[in-house]
Amino acid sequence: MIPAAFEYARASSVDEASKLLSKFGEDAKVLAGGHSLIPLMRLRLAQPSALVDINGIKELDHIKEDGHKLRIGALTPHVTIQNSSVVKDKLPLLAEVAGEVGDNQVRNMGTMGGVIAHADAAGDYPTLALILDAEIVTNRRTIPAKDFFKDLFTTALGPDEVVTEVVFPVANGPHKYIKFRRRLFDWAIVGVAAQKMNGGWRIGLTNVGPTPVRANAVEKALHDGAKPEEAAEHASDGLDPAGDLRASPEYKKHLARVLTKRAIQQAQGQ
Amino acid sequence: MAVSQLVGAKIHRREDPRLITGHGHYIDDFTRQGAAHAAFVRSPFAHARIKSIDVTDASKAPGVAGVYTARDFKGQLAGTHPAAPAFVADKKYIPERFPIAEKEACYQGEIVAAVLAETKGQAADAANLIQVVYEELPAVMDLEKAMASGSPKVHEGAADNISWDMTYTGPDVSEAAFKEADVVVKERILQNRLAPVPMEPRGVLAEFETYDKKLTIWMSSQNPHFIRLFVSGAMGLKESQVRVISPDVGGGFGSKISPYPEDYLVPALSRLAERPVKWIETRTESLQNATHGRGQFYDVEVAAKKDGTLLGMRMTQFLDVGAYVGTFSAFQACACLMAGGAYKWKGISARTIGILTNRVPTDPYRGAGRPEATHLVERMVDLVARELKIDPVEIRKKNFIQPQEFPYTQNFGLVVDSGEYARALDVALKLAGYDDLRKRQADLRKQGRYLGIGLSTWIELCGFGPSAATAPATGGIALVESAQVRVTPTGSVIVYTGTHSHGQGHETTFPQIVADQLGVPYESVELRHGDTAEGTAFGYGTYGSRSLAVGGVAISKAVGKVIDKGKKLAAHMLEAAEEDVVYEHGAFHVKGSPDKSKAFGEVAFASYGMNLPEGMEQGLEAVAYFDPPNLVWPFGTHIAVVEVDAETGSAKLEKYIAVDDCGNIINPMIVDGQIHGGIVQGVAQALYEEVVYDDETGQLKTGTLLDYMLPSANEIPPLSLDHTITPSPTNDLGVKGIGEAGTIAASAAVINAVCDALSPLGIKHVDMPASPDRLWKMMKEARQ
Ligand SMILES: Cc1cc2nc3c(=O)[nH]c(=O)nc-3n(C[C@H](O)[C@H](O)[C@H](O)COP(=O)(O)OP(=O)(O)OC[C@H]3O[C@@H](n4cnc5c(N)ncnc54)[C@H](O)[C@@H]3O)c2cc1C
Repeated sequence: MIPAAFEYARASSVDEASKLLSKFGEDAKVLAGGHSLIPLMRLRLAQPSALVDINGIKELDHIKEDGHKLRIGALTPHVTIQNSSVVKDKLPLLAEVAGEVGDNQVRNMGTMGGVIAHADAAGDYPTLALILDAEIVTNRRTIPAKDFFKDLFTTALGPDEVVTEVVFPVANGPHKYIKFRRRLFDWAIVGVAAQKMNGGWRIGLTNVGPTPVRANAVEKALHDGAKPEEAAEHASDGLDPAGDLRASPEYKKHLARVLTKRAIQQAQGQ
Repeated sequence: MAVSQLVGAKIHRREDPRLITGHGHYIDDFTRQGAAHAAFVRSPFAHARIKSIDVTDASKAPGVAGVYTARDFKGQLAGTHPAAPAFVADKKYIPERFPIAEKEACYQGEIVAAVLAETKGQAADAANLIQVVYEELPAVMDLEKAMASGSPKVHEGAADNISWDMTYTGPDVSEAAFKEADVVVKERILQNRLAPVPMEPRGVLAEFETYDKKLTIWMSSQNPHFIRLFVSGAMGLKESQVRVISPDVGGGFGSKISPYPEDYLVPALSRLAERPVKWIETRTESLQNATHGRGQFYDVEVAAKKDGTLLGMRMTQFLDVGAYVGTFSAFQACACLMAGGAYKWKGISARTIGILTNRVPTDPYRGAGRPEATHLVERMVDLVARELKIDPVEIRKKNFIQPQEFPYTQNFGLVVDSGEYARALDVALKLAGYDDLRKRQADLRKQGRYLGIGLSTWIELCGFGPSAATAPATGGIALVESAQVRVTPTGSVIVYTGTHSHGQGHETTFPQIVADQLGVPYESVELRHGDTAEGTAFGYGTYGSRSLAVGGVAISKAVGKVIDKGKKLAAHMLEAAEEDVVYEHGAFHVKGSPDKSKAFGEVAFASYGMNLPEGMEQGLEAVAYFDPPNLVWPFGTHIAVVEVDAETGSAKLEKYIAVDDCGNIINPMIVDGQIHGGIVQGVAQALYEEVVYDDETGQLKTGTLLDYMLPSANEIPPLSLDHTITPSPTNDLGVKGIGEAGTIAASAAVINAVCDALSPLGIKHVDMPASPDRLWKMMKEARQ
């Protein structure tokens, strides 16, 4: 519970952050809200040689409407997203999800960029990014969400690459995110996102594999006219979730089906 | 007692402003000039031989002041970990335990080396550099396999893994009852292992003064005097050379009663290094090493008549002792003595078996034995009711010990002091709207929804306790309680007690008693505790819901002695006969002439002066010990309402009703607070918490609060509380304990509700925690 020693530097621009990362080398890490990184450091599961603190880069904390897009700065904390009238209006699903990340403390500290870069299998935003075809913007390039999440805690980011923005499309049709958990502040045991967009359904699953899953078979069945409860039976097609203390693989697959049905039904009921 | 104004008043806790605003004093708030920080290297294996320890790199690391292994402590500490006989008279096998392992580590987390450094970061870094070569040995994890003759041993070379096996009452005792039975119901009931998780983990700061040979220990403890006794003994010091100071204690739940390896090692390190040494437990260390609770299973059979009359019970407790025998571990066997609950039985056969495993030891955890007993008997009564298609309310009322039968000698010879069980049950049923709930349940069932209503008509024994019962249980020291009341010349009052609050609000309730009895302002009474250098020669600590029922009564006795002396002095001052002086409303009066009177403060002042009656010494103070004639027996009824999601198996606690009876109430707000916390801990056991180790390797899987499912306030619905009052006839205050009651009652109410909810599926019994995946699996199997 006491982290190993590390260097610390505070960046005032993205450029400087990138330079500091190169200077400190591969074991250096960006520090955003610290609500994933610091717990890992305290358990010494992460022992970065240096932390580059980006909290001074104020321009990374923003929410901008840009035509049919919504640009969320990497440093935007969950609480801002949750309360943003723009997000509530243009992408209410995201505002609702932000309101259910962790507890107040986590929502005050944790950031959009941190969740995306950390790529925890139980992270909620990655599922939305995947099904909505969001783009992850870095100091170097723009990466489509479907190419971004590679494996558990593994992304397409290079060692000195900094996430600057996540760009979501506007989508304010029927939607629902159901997060199944035991305690209000817990991560999802299984999460299901449903968003109606451009006339079709986008369905995504959280924590049923190393990366977020888009439930293509469910989307197709709905497209072909299946009822929610019929389509939802396909939610576990091809899944091979890892079991953990909370849920066996079979139970996670079962939850994927039940929650998918409920998410679509509840979205339709709006 | 004087006209009661404060006793029974809802006074805000005096300690809260400081605790809530961060001005409390916990161990980590203390330091000493020149203190070194200790870090411990712990076995990563559940069971391993220690082949070698290489400290070369660690010794050279920045800031390191010393690296120590078992050998270094051999000349410092003597003896083995104390294990009180408690309720198990003849213990068969108590493995030797030195605070630091030398050749064999027997649970994951057992200490194998210690580091001292200038900062705690440096100590932690250096600890990581110590290279220990282990040879892994088979870990004994399963209780039944551990009992088998061919099992690997928890300790190499031991004859077996049985710590104790004691039959309180043989099968013959219940034979007649079972012969008479129309039905016999059997079940195996699991008690999940729990971690205590006090908000403040443990911590020890020790300063051994080399020249004066004096040791001061600041530590988070429920029991400072016992720690002084144990640590002085192990270190070869006189008790008088050791002072244990336990300031604000941020929770304990039983886990801060017994001494721990660090409680010996940190003082020994201070003596070795000739400087103060500080160690603060991390949360992971706490989850791994603070003694766990429960960790048992029971095989139970109950015999009953067709009409629901309970006849007999046969039960065996299989208790996971862990790798070593906890100081008060065997106390948990009291589950056997309490297995009959609030009911009358012709015969109960009970046996307890304590089994060693390669896990951290278990020891009393809030309720210790009584929650297990309540869970067992309340589950079994429900199972009988279900078998016979009788309402759970009816079967309870039919079998209760009746008010006119108290004092009631139960099956194990314990004398239940008082009770009115049906009254508490009726109040609870009304508060719950029981009949409406049953109607709602029937309606929901038609819609395929599973609502369940669970009862727990609990009783317990607490207030430890009479010398005759407790001195043998500890190995000699009776768990009575001491108090000292000192009145200063200006009439303010300082009260010292040997109990030690770790969240119970004694700084508020005890002065309430004193101020009432003396008729002086509440503000002029101060409570002091938690420092062995103050107050009486010995104190007994806070656990087993004993502080008020034993310690509070001792205080009241000491106040009585102060009043007696005051009367003598007042009589002298008023030139009246002592028999003519009465004490009322804070003044000594002469009977029949109310104008002839001396206020308490005047008498206090005079007691320090020169005009005293012949032979009277100066001062106004008194010491009293209270040896209670019996334990006290609180009771009540809890009702839980739970809906189980038919698809996900998620059990949602909708409503919780608790009607408790702890005799006279000193401060209703504190009683409610104790019940709130207690219920949540019981609900947590029923639905959420479980310490999980890997079945094969013995690795702890619940080493952080992300994995160990401690619920938060969000998960708990508003609790509806009420009380009945049946004063205890065995102490002057008429009080009973309430610190553990909520936990004792709650798990049974919740699990009975879950089982009731799932009864349409034919599910009879559910083990704890009733997590969604467990319930989903059971429902799935039941539907097939
Ligand atoms: C009790 C608790 C409950 C939680 N529950 C949930 C939950 O339900 N759902 C959920 O999604 N999250 C949850 N979280 C995680 C929370 O949302 C974290 O804040 C988040 O995962 C990481 O964001 P952060 O800003 O704190 O990042 P940090 O912890 O600072 O960093 C996390 C990782 O991302 C990297 N990083 C951060 N920002 C950038 C960037 N701009 N560019 C490149 N790399 C970067 C860091 O180097 C690090 O490796 C929970 C956390 C806690 C403590």
